[in-house]
Amino acid sequence: MATTEEIREQLAEIVNDVAGVAVEDVQLDKSFTEDLDVDSLSMVEIIYACEDKFSVSIPDDDAKNLRTVGDAVAYIERAQA
Amino acid sequence: MRTVVITGLGASTPLGGDLPTTWSALLAGTSGVSVIEADWAQELSTRIAAQAAVDPASVMDRVAARKLDRSSQFAMVAALEAWADAGLGLDEESTVDPDRLLTSIGTGIGGLHSLLGNWDVQKEKGARRVSPLTIPMLMANAPAANVSLRIGSRAGVHAPVSACASSNEAIALAFDLIRLGRADIAVVGGTEAVIHPLPMAAFGQMQALSKRNDEPTKASRPFDVDHDGFVLGEGGACMVIETLEHAQARGAHIYGTLAGAGTTADAQDMVAPSQRGQVLAMRKALYEAGLTPADIKHVNAHGTSTPTGDPIEAASVAEVLGEAVDGCVVTSTKSMTGHLLGAAGALETIASVKALYHRVVPPTINLDNPEPDLLIDIAANVSRPLPSGDLAAINNSFGFGGHNVSVLVTTENTTAGSAS
Repeated sequence: MATTEEIREQLAEIVNDVAGVAVEDVQLDKSFTEDLDVDSLSMVEIIYACEDKFSVSIPDDDAKNLRTVGDAVAYIERAQA
Repeated sequence: MRTVVITGLGASTPLGGDLPTTWSALLAGTSGVSVIEADWAQELSTRIAAQAAVDPASVMDRVAARKLDRSSQFAMVAALEAWADAGLGLDEESTVDPDRLLTSIGTGIGGLHSLLGNWDVQKEKGARRVSPLTIPMLMANAPAANVSLRIGSRAGVHAPVSACASSNEAIALAFDLIRLGRADIAVVGGTEAVIHPLPMAAFGQMQALSKRNDEPTKASRPFDVDHDGFVLGEGGACMVIETLEHAQARGAHIYGTLAGAGTTADAQDMVAPSQRGQVLAMRKALYEAGLTPADIKHVNAHGTSTPTGDPIEAASVAEVLGEAVDGCVVTSTKSMTGHLLGAAGALETIASVKALYHRVVPPTINLDNPEPDLLIDIAANVSRPLPSGDLAAINNSFGFGGHNVSVLVTTENTTAGSAS
C-alpha cells in the first residue's frame, strides 16, 4: 500500500511530465489550475495517467472535483484501499 | 500596389535542422534519402524516404513538443528560425504590431501521426486512453495556429490545404492579404510529417513512389530517363514577408522581392497534371510582376521525379519561356530533399530566393541521362552560377486536385552588398 507521500511523489512526476511543472512545486495544498497553471486538457491527461499509474478508476464526474493535489492524492488513497 | 519583400528564412529538412545547413547541402549536391530501418517498412514496396536530419522535438522545450504533432513541430522550428533571421524578437521583445501580423502556413495532410497514433491507442486500450489533445494536434490548421500563438499574430491565421501546392498557396494568400492592406507582415510557409506506414502504403498503391530501395541516394532523379516515382520527404519551411515600407522602417535585411504569384486550377483530373494549368500559373505570375519571359533566369521546378509529371512540366516551362528558355537555369531540388508535399513549395521558394541572393543554382542530382526532347536547360549534377544584374526566378508547385501555384521572386530591393 503506497503512503500519502509516495502517491504525491508519483503524481508530481506525472504533472511534471504532462505540464512541465517542477516536481517540488506539486505540494498537497496547491491548486492544479490556479497555482500550478495546468490547463484543462492537460488536467484530463493527468487524470488518465493517474488511472494507469495507480490502477484506479477516476470517473469524469469525480475528476471534476479534484481541485488540489491533496484532493487527488486523497482520492487515489481511497480508491486503492 | 504595395511592394512585398522577403526578410527572414528558416527550414528544417532532410538535409539539415536549419536553413544554412540545408543550403550548404543543396549546393554540394547531397542526397537526404535513406532506408527506413523501422520494422513497419519491411513489408512495403518502397522502404526509403527523406527523413528529417534533426528531430524537431529534440530542439524544442519538452512539454511544448508533446502538445504538438510532428507537423506542427516542424512548422514551429522553421517559423522561429525565420522570425529570428528577420531580426524579430518574441514576447516582450517583439516590436511588431500584432494586429498587423498574420500567419499563413499550409500542409498537405495535417497531423497524421496524432490521428493514427490515437486510433491505435483507442483500438488497443479503449476510448478512455485517447489523448484529449488529439483534435487540436491532428487538425490541418494546427501548424499555422501554433505558430500564430507563439509569435502573437492577430491579423489572421490561415492554413491553405491544396496537397503539394499548399505552402506556395499559403505564400500567395499572405502576399495578397498584405497587398490588400489587411496586414503589413506575415510568417508564411508549409510543413509535412507523414512518413508513416499508411501514406507509404497508399502512395505505393498509386505507383507514385520510387522503388529504388537498394540505391536510396539515387532514387530521386527528376528529368532522368530512369526516374520511377517520387521519394517521400518530411520537414518544414517558413519565410517572413512584409511590405517594403515596413521592412525599411525597421531597418530589416532584405533577401529579395516577392513579385508575383500565379494560381490556377486544372478542373481536368484529380491526379494527372495539365500543361495548360501549369503554363497559365507561370504566365499569371509573370503578369503580376510586370516581367517578360526573358527576365526569368532561374526556375525551381516542381520536378518530383515521376515519369508522368516531369516531362509535362518541362514542356510547360519551355512553352512559357519560349526563346528565352536558353537563358534560364532550371533545377529540381527534390532530387536531394525528396518531396516534402505541403512543405515543398515553401522550401523551394526559399531555395529560389537563396539562389538569386547568392547567384548560384543548386544542382539536380542523379541526372545521368536526361529524358529525350527536354527543351529546358537543367543544372545537371553540379551547381550553376547566375549572372550579375537584375534576376527573377519562378518556383512551381503543383498538387493533387489540380492545384498549380507559381511564385515569382526577384533581386529587386535586395539589401546592397549582400549578394556574393
